[in-house]
Amino acid sequence: MDSLSNLFIASVFTENIALSFFLGMCTFLAVSKKIETAFGLGVAVIVIQTITVPVNNLIYHLLLAPGALAWAGLPEADLSFLVLISFIGVIAAIVQILEMFLERHVPALYHALGIFLPLITVNCAILGGSLFMVERDYSFAQSLVYGLGSGFGWALAIVLMAGVREKLKYSDVPPALSGLGIAFFTAGLMAMGFMVFSGIQL
Amino acid sequence: MKNTAILTEPLARNNPVILQVLGICSALAVTSKLPTALTMGIALTAVAACSNLIISLIRNHIPSSVRIIVQMTVISSLVIVVDQILKAYAFAISKELSVFVGLIITNCIIMGRAEAFAMQNPPLPSLLDGLGNGLGYSLILLTVAAVRELFGAGTLFGYVLLPTVNDGGWYVPNGLLLLPPSAFFLIGLIIWAVRQKYPQQCEAPEFRIKPAHRIEE
Repeated sequence: MDSLSNLFIASVFTENIALSFFLGMCTFLAVSKKIETAFGLGVAVIVIQTITVPVNNLIYHLLLAPGALAWAGLPEADLSFLVLISFIGVIAAIVQILEMFLERHVPALYHALGIFLPLITVNCAILGGSLFMVERDYSFAQSLVYGLGSGFGWALAIVLMAGVREKLKYSDVPPALSGLGIAFFTAGLMAMGFMVFSGIQL
Repeated sequence: MKNTAILTEPLARNNPVILQVLGICSALAVTSKLPTALTMGIALTAVAACSNLIISLIRNHIPSSVRIIVQMTVISSLVIVVDQILKAYAFAISKELSVFVGLIITNCIIMGRAEAFAMQNPPLPSLLDGLGNGLGYSLILLTVAAVRELFGAGTLFGYVLLPTVNDGGWYVPNGLLLLPPSAFFLIGLIIWAVRQKYPQQCEAPEFRIKPAHRIEE
């Protein structure tokens, strides 16, 4: 239990997927102009990440890992080269299913998240989370916690960033630097802030 | 547009990373050393060029309702090929790049060019467009990596240019440049420089501060 809570805290703060691995940066910089939209996207990422990482974990351990097909009588099969294509397929499918489910059963949430859901398929934080799960050899419980934690960390980062950028529009930035340029500097300073957490052992 | 223009336009005037804000994720994470940045640049250019070519060849047979899935499948198959080649011939570098090779799939440059260019254009211009955008991305990557490696560790491609104090030389390395946040600052500076040169790229400010009162005499 202890190690799981440590994993959660580590994936939110010290190994923040947005600010220390720079995953999902395209959306991070493009959709962080207003707190409300950033929050909506953040929630969508948490939900998708919490579902896809454990599902991909099961698929990896039951079908793709070297020797995983032993239950089907194929102990030598190694399908791990199919990891990339099956993960992205799973992510696209889950995003699609969630979109249809929300539209049918929770229309209010669907309208709040609507435009962001399709964007998430190509958010590298989602695929990156699943790939890190394979690389670090997480168990099912760990992958559940890691999915939740890394999604939460990403949401935290984008909401903070949007807060800074909302205030930033009142400041006098050189014309060539305004918009994207200053967003990069802001993100750099925030990443330095998050580095303070590194080295903390829980 | 002429073919050469398609190839050279994305290098500076319409660079995918700094103007279209595409593909930033990996641009930041793999640039602490030149060899990884170079490998990543080559891998991405190869995938962008091939995926544009293939998607352009089959563009008239893709139903528009499933085009995203088709593009995704083409791209991820190409990335798997690249990943396997790297694992076979450059294992050390592929370990260092870890998940970032796989993340080429979700690199928005590739999806973006497939969707915006290859779906509407014949194969040759599409191939050049993919090549040009890949090179534009590699250019930014290599610039950032060169600065970070030279001033952060005093080397280029592992060859010592500025002998550091730790090895008995004179150069005190700037440790910040080896840490990930420095990539943000370098790309920010590159954007600043490019926009100073091409002012039409500047973004119009959303909000102007109105002077409270004019100071008289």
